[in-house]
Amino acid sequence: MLAYIVRRVLYAILILIGVNLITFVLFFFVNSPDDMARMQLGAKYVTPDALQKWKADHGYDKPLLWNSKASGPGKATETIFYEKSLRLFAFDFGAAEDGRNIGNEIRTRMGPSLALQIPVFVVALCVNITFALFLAFFRATYLDFWGVVLCVAMMSISTLFYIIGGQYLISKVWHLFPISGYAGGLDAWRFVLLPVIIGVVSSFGSSARLYRTLFLEEYSKDYVRTARAKGLAERVVMFRHVLQNAMIPILTGVVAAIPFLFMGALLSESFFGIPGLGSYTIDAIQAQDFAVVRSMVFLGAVLYIIGLLLTDISYTLVDPRVRFD
Amino acid sequence: MPFKPVLLWTDLLLWLLVAGTAIYVWYCYRRPHLAAPWGRVFQSRTAIASTVVLAAFVGMTLADSLHFRPRIGSGSEGAAQYSNEVLSVLDVAFAYLRERRERTYSAPLATRLYAKDQIESSTGAPTRDYPKLTYGGAHLQDESAHGRDIALRAGLGASLAVAAAFLLSLLRRRLSRWRPNVPWSAGLWTFAVLLLLTVPLLVLSTGYHVFGTDKVGQDVFYQSLKSIRTALVIATLSTVTMLPFGVLFGIVAGYFRGWIDDVIQYLYTTLNSIPGVLLIAAAVLMMQVYIDTHPQLFPTAADRADVRLLLLCIILGVTSWTGLTRLLRGETLKLSQLEYIQAAHAFGVSSARILGRHILPNVAHIVIITLVMDFSGLVLAEAVLSYVGVGVDPATISFGTMINAARLEMGREPIVWWSLAAAFAFMLVLVLAANLLADAVRDGFDPRVRVGSVPV
Repeated sequence: MLAYIVRRVLYAILILIGVNLITFVLFFFVNSPDDMARMQLGAKYVTPDALQKWKADHGYDKPLLWNSKASGPGKATETIFYEKSLRLFAFDFGAAEDGRNIGNEIRTRMGPSLALQIPVFVVALCVNITFALFLAFFRATYLDFWGVVLCVAMMSISTLFYIIGGQYLISKVWHLFPISGYAGGLDAWRFVLLPVIIGVVSSFGSSARLYRTLFLEEYSKDYVRTARAKGLAERVVMFRHVLQNAMIPILTGVVAAIPFLFMGALLSESFFGIPGLGSYTIDAIQAQDFAVVRSMVFLGAVLYIIGLLLTDISYTLVDPRVRFD
Repeated sequence: MPFKPVLLWTDLLLWLLVAGTAIYVWYCYRRPHLAAPWGRVFQSRTAIASTVVLAAFVGMTLADSLHFRPRIGSGSEGAAQYSNEVLSVLDVAFAYLRERRERTYSAPLATRLYAKDQIESSTGAPTRDYPKLTYGGAHLQDESAHGRDIALRAGLGASLAVAAAFLLSLLRRRLSRWRPNVPWSAGLWTFAVLLLLTVPLLVLSTGYHVFGTDKVGQDVFYQSLKSIRTALVIATLSTVTMLPFGVLFGIVAGYFRGWIDDVIQYLYTTLNSIPGVLLIAAAVLMMQVYIDTHPQLFPTAADRADVRLLLLCIILGVTSWTGLTRLLRGETLKLSQLEYIQAAHAFGVSSARILGRHILPNVAHIVIITLVMDFSGLVLAEAVLSYVGVGVDPATISFGTMINAARLEMGREPIVWWSLAAAFAFMLVLVLAANLLADAVRDGFDPRVRVGSVPV
């Protein structure tokens, strides 16, 4: 098992290098630092001096890949590639457009993001699985049919409408929760409750339908028929056999999503004014803050790879048929 | 010539896509084994119903994809001069909606503006009241006849729709004789409901703003109609740009295995590991910088908006081919173990020929299923991306830009709800129809479902 994990980690590093190269090409080859400076300064203030100053302030005044003017190892290290791309590997994200340290921002914003995301994750998983199991139990009846119709209808509605509608109805008309904002500590629940409900509702349609398909697939297998033929109660068949076996694909799919909880919910956070990583990302995109976007791309890739690794390991834990090769 | 045709990039690709679909239909029509799955798809009532709805949307899109610049007079040397404004056939058909601009917000079917303003009363003294709309309900002599006029127009529209639906229902017997297995009545009922919803709207729209007007006084009904094209362009062209990558990489990786497989797997794991929204955002930001720093490449605003839309499609396509590739790779791995492929090898058939003649047709069902399943997701993605600020050009009318503009007005009292409601209704119908059709297509094409069900 250790050898397997080491091999996966090595592969993960290879992938991170690839991500790094893609972002480097995207951010520095498609447009030169001059273009970016012009964009940031705005058309009115572009003078050669201002361009140079902006580039010097942000560390973009060095050559891209090879600095022939520097001496010794400086030839490779005093370049944009080294300072902006390679340093990401040490989680040294540098400074944002407003001069704040991105690493610090990420650390402080992780808390609110998790306060929102973990309840959404847990509640949604329970609700969706329960509902899917309910539909699978009443398979091929009107209850099942209308349940699926509900799922399809709910997944056809954009998340934006759930958020806007929920915000309007619950906060503005009924005054149950504050419309937006955030407070640290235990007071956070008042601000987080509505986004959590909306997060659960908006994930409901597609997940519940997917899980129902997985349950039905399990129901149609031979061992279920055998279990019934032995005279097992339907309750036992459902919970001991179907649920346990269908949990394998469900759990492994879910495990891959766990690391992404850190990234926060892009839309809800920015609508509800929760100071998490999701709203940080959206603000950075809207302000065209390339340094932050670059850091979030890298962070997201790291989390995705951790998710992959966790999936592989959880497969071997829950399904004894899977062996390391 | 009274106009000068303009072929935007997305128009060209859309019409090529239409031609391609027509060829595919003709090709399938003559081959029973290819037509069989489609026959199964269209045995389902929901498939017929959603196809009718989608066909209406596609019709709108195509009408909105014939662009031209109208002539505005002759120049000094007798050479014709054309307007800088690029119009489409849809714009001409709904010119009365496009040109009737109010000053600002007005509620659906209203005759007066949403906000009070200084107006001169008949005696000449300024008072504060809701000003009359310039166009909405302007035909009314007496404003108290407002409700009656609306009912009259809606009734006229409804009776027209019922008459049209009745005429169409006469076709049913002939259609059933042509294809007895297809549940034509479901399609005709859907069509009748569609007519009953749209014809009254159209009749009402000649005198009123049926969905109200937005901040700058533009008709929301017109905006909704224009948004259809943006949504469909994104949903179709993104999948089309993804298709070549996805299919080629997938079957090549599964067939050749070895280092080619490793490289392709590495490529898609790497692309996959960047969260979708961020990758799209990064690419769109870069595209924006490029467009802003090279204004000389785009002569008109329509050109710029169109190139931006096309690039957005390409970016969405390039970032989303990985799912299809993974599916195709797995299926090809399985297929290339089968005897008939081994036999082809033994006969010395070249790899290219095996891929083209034996593998590709046998993974086609996966491609078709993926294409229709991705459609609805892309329509929804457009709205989210426009909200984040990395969607279509702000000047392009789309569901995303409509929602985005309306969102800022939620705090007003009384609330301005009509833009949101219109975008919601149109998107829901479009995405729901796409989802239902996708389900039917999957059931018709998926071999796992076929076993022991409908005899072919």
